[in-house]
Amino acid sequence: MKEEKKDDGVMAEEKPYMFWIWTLASTIFRLFLIFSPANINLSSRPEVSTPHTSLRRLAEGYWLKQSSLSPYAGSMYHGSPLLLSILGPLTVQRIEGQSSHHLCSLVFVIADLLSALLLRAIGQKLQKSYRMNLRPLGVLRSSQDRGILPCGDIAALVYLWNPFTILSCVGLSTSPIENLAVIVSLYGAVTRRVPLAAFGLIMATHLSLYSAPLVFPLIFLLGYGLDAPPIKKFLQTRHGGVETGSTSDVSKQEKLTPTTQLPFSWRTVLHFVFWVLVWSSYVLVLCSLSLKQYGGLEEMFKRTYGFILRIEDLSPNIGVFWYFFAEAFEFSRNYLLIIFNLYILLTSIPSLMFRLKHRPCFLAFAYLAFTSILKSYPSVGDAALYLSLWALFVNELTDMEYSFFIFCGYIGFSLLSPVMHNFWIWRGTGNANFYFGNAMGYACFQFMFVEKSVNAMLNHDQALKKATAEMTKN
Amino acid sequence: SKEVEEFSEALLLKPLPDRKVLAHFHFENRAPPSNSHGRHHHLFPKAISQLVQKFRVKEMELSFTQGRWNHEHWGGFDPLSSMNAKPVGVELWAVFDVPQSQVDTSWKNLTHALSGLFCASINFLESSTSYAAPTWGFGPNSDKLRYGSLPREAVCTENLTPWLKLLPCRDKDGISALMNRPSVYRGFYHSQRLHLSTVESGQEGLGSGIVLEQTLTVVLQPETTSVESNMQPSWSLSSLFGRQVVGRCVLAKSSNVYLQLEGLLGYESKNVDTEIEAHQLWKNAEFELSLKPERVIRESCSFLFIFDIDKSSDSEPFDLGLTWKRPSKWSCQQAPLHSSRFLMGSGNERGAIAILLKATESQEKLSGRDLTNGQCTIKANIFQIFPWYIKVYYHTLQIFVDQQQKTDSEVLKKINVSPSTDKVSSGMMEMMLELPCEVKSVAISIEYDKGFLHIDEYPPDANQGFDIPSALISFPDHHASLDFQEELSNSPLLSSLKEKSLVRSYTEVLLVPLTTPDFSMPYNVITITCTIFALYFGSLLNVLRRRIGEEERFLKSQAGKKTGGLKQLLSRITAKIRGRPIEAPSSSEAESSVLSSKLILKIILVAGAAAAWQYFSTDE
Repeated sequence: MKEEKKDDGVMAEEKPYMFWIWTLASTIFRLFLIFSPANINLSSRPEVSTPHTSLRRLAEGYWLKQSSLSPYAGSMYHGSPLLLSILGPLTVQRIEGQSSHHLCSLVFVIADLLSALLLRAIGQKLQKSYRMNLRPLGVLRSSQDRGILPCGDIAALVYLWNPFTILSCVGLSTSPIENLAVIVSLYGAVTRRVPLAAFGLIMATHLSLYSAPLVFPLIFLLGYGLDAPPIKKFLQTRHGGVETGSTSDVSKQEKLTPTTQLPFSWRTVLHFVFWVLVWSSYVLVLCSLSLKQYGGLEEMFKRTYGFILRIEDLSPNIGVFWYFFAEAFEFSRNYLLIIFNLYILLTSIPSLMFRLKHRPCFLAFAYLAFTSILKSYPSVGDAALYLSLWALFVNELTDMEYSFFIFCGYIGFSLLSPVMHNFWIWRGTGNANFYFGNAMGYACFQFMFVEKSVNAMLNHDQALKKATAEMTKN
Repeated sequence: SKEVEEFSEALLLKPLPDRKVLAHFHFENRAPPSNSHGRHHHLFPKAISQLVQKFRVKEMELSFTQGRWNHEHWGGFDPLSSMNAKPVGVELWAVFDVPQSQVDTSWKNLTHALSGLFCASINFLESSTSYAAPTWGFGPNSDKLRYGSLPREAVCTENLTPWLKLLPCRDKDGISALMNRPSVYRGFYHSQRLHLSTVESGQEGLGSGIVLEQTLTVVLQPETTSVESNMQPSWSLSSLFGRQVVGRCVLAKSSNVYLQLEGLLGYESKNVDTEIEAHQLWKNAEFELSLKPERVIRESCSFLFIFDIDKSSDSEPFDLGLTWKRPSKWSCQQAPLHSSRFLMGSGNERGAIAILLKATESQEKLSGRDLTNGQCTIKANIFQIFPWYIKVYYHTLQIFVDQQQKTDSEVLKKINVSPSTDKVSSGMMEMMLELPCEVKSVAISIEYDKGFLHIDEYPPDANQGFDIPSALISFPDHHASLDFQEELSNSPLLSSLKEKSLVRSYTEVLLVPLTTPDFSMPYNVITITCTIFALYFGSLLNVLRRRIGEEERFLKSQAGKKTGGLKQLLSRITAKIRGRPIEAPSSSEAESSVLSSKLILKIILVAGAAAAWQYFSTDE
């Protein structure tokens, strides 16, 4: 007992210290890249900036608005008018002797730091819940306590030091702000702060249409609570307890009764729906006011959500739709648009919801991973977000298959992407198929990653069920 | 008295400092205001009259140009270059007299009519991605003005023939007989222009009059027969065009040939008698004309020799010739700033468009002419059209005056931007710069991204590149005109040269190479993408569908079946022991009954399907 306490104390003292050192180092690294005289022009990389998240287009939209034109005139800006009001003035001001957009870069650094801190808080909550759920399984108590990794710190540092996150922050993309909105919604749901969760969801959906499916994991988080094990396991435990008439079994049954009777909190969910409606109305009113003389909300929906759903811009990116719709025949374009937009809805959202409703945070990770593969204009910022959420489950996913192979695939295709782009656009020795082939390979590895993660999580839950059964026998 | 239709023809010849000859044909056809009930023409082309009346055209100009005007050697500050230096390809602008909502419809109909009339692809300007609506950067200041240009249109002889059909004498008689196709299209510059304008009549019940002005401007290189290299080449009409003028168009009111010579500064100071002066000028120590001019008119910088071809005939054709006796040099008057435009950047992803304005020698003479708030300034209007596949970032506009960057408010007095929309409309930018008179150079740059198009949107030769139409730089405070000292209301050509015209110059047409997708890949892309998605869908559903609980239940059901078999065996053994063989036949009867019922059901289904098939096939 004393030794265990000492170990816990030593670990508790060391972890925050190391975490803050690494956090400060990542911030310094970002600032060095931003103010570096090397002038790495990442703002026009197709992997970093898309027509939806490019800061150059936001600056163009702000210039048009200052010139008494609609910010959506000219097929340039397709983002949020609120984001335009916040970041637009920063794109105009210039620090003396420096290039432009430095203030926006500082905003993105702050967004990354906030995202990391919120991820850490989410991870600590998850870890505490995981430990509490494993405590009733007496056989696994001692070994699992020592083996549980600090997933909050790991996820935060994975987010900060992920090259994809650094590229999005330094490359003048608005992905860090979209990622911050998503993490705010998850943090609000994990800590059961319903207005904050609703605010994060509305802002995330407003900035990016593909954050809308997050409403389901948020409802499960608020209804069922934090990642709870399947209820079937506790039913079997109670059943085993009832069968045996020993005193120790009776005591176990008493301990497990509150967990078994955990209900779905409809009251909290209705509270959440109410706040979603409140924030939705508020955001729509603000957008309507800012676009009052330029077509109003109809123009905004057409230029933002319509632009996403219709895949109007055929500029290359790391997704697969730009080349598909550049090559597809015009008469079948509408048919293919409907097919691929419904593909996300019908393939991933319902089937995952049924199997992973007891793990809302992991469900959120799965949704974000699928949409980042299948969205119209993906970028590395989307991969940065779901990789960090994946790191929240390092304890559950230790038995994931092909993890090293997938890791090498990610590195390989990420490094090959600028090479293929250089061959195609600048040297001319390649053509568009080079870059498209790289995008296809990258999509394959993302599919494999998500599939193996879901498989590992389901296997982990089955292992928990077996452990519960063994405990019942004992 | 009732006015009658008038037709005039004129030819202006002008030697150029770079050893070339400019030939400017000018035909003017006037239709007076007439009764609106009907219009019958004697000289005026009926197609033009119907076109003006049908589409309510107030003013229109259409030009077919091949080659590029050399502003440094051929002139930049005279009416000829201001009015006849046109961008390459087809250029069309029109001002309509219709309500604002019908301007675009009239423009589309006009382009189709002109396309059929002039045997050109002017109907391509119908698309909203091909034309713009300038406000003040272009010449006419009107909100019903539409402007479009096709830089890639190839101008050839099939464009000249319908143009000549509008003339009363075609190319059979008169000055137009000189238009020999090989000679005209062999030159360095060729521009045929058609200008339409309506003249309102003050009386009620009368329609508006129409003035049709057709000009052909060519720059030709005479054959060099002189031994001395620095001598100006001598030429004659027959050597330039391969044809002669054997008489004037009998329908023409006036038919004159003009020869304009610049740079004869030695004779300006002489105040001699007109007759003696004329006699001395056309034969002197420097050059000699083959025919004696009717009149000689002095202008501020040049002399104009006037010839009347009415006296020519078949036996004595009009063959004006110019013979140089000794080398002569002069320079043309140029615009205040010489403009050029070029692309910056490399690769197929992005770049910048730059306009460079450089001071010319003529600028010093113009200093001090315009005073704004006590300071000497030059105003320059820049008008550009950007196609929709060039994504221009207007916020990256930068202006450098004498290599120093200026903020927009210092030199940019006015700017009007209409951004381009993908596949819908082209972009337009109008800027007014106010520059100090002592400026040496002005550079304007704006960044753009190159678009990625659908494979159907590429032209047949996709690797050649895409054209950005010429930009127009005009100087609103400067006007070009010839300052004749005598009244010349007789000749329409001289009247038009005497009028003040806006000094303007067109820049180069830019050629932007865009990256091309692999045009042979549509099926491959569709099949590979759909295959990968199907594989992902299958593997994901397999992971989600699999349940270990189901596997356990499956094993239990298998065990249940086995136990059933054991029961049957035990029952048989007991039956044998007890000696009761009746049970086995009963089970066999049950099986036969089940089989018979299934068989009957199948027979009924097949019969129903056959009946339905027969019924529907009979209907068909």
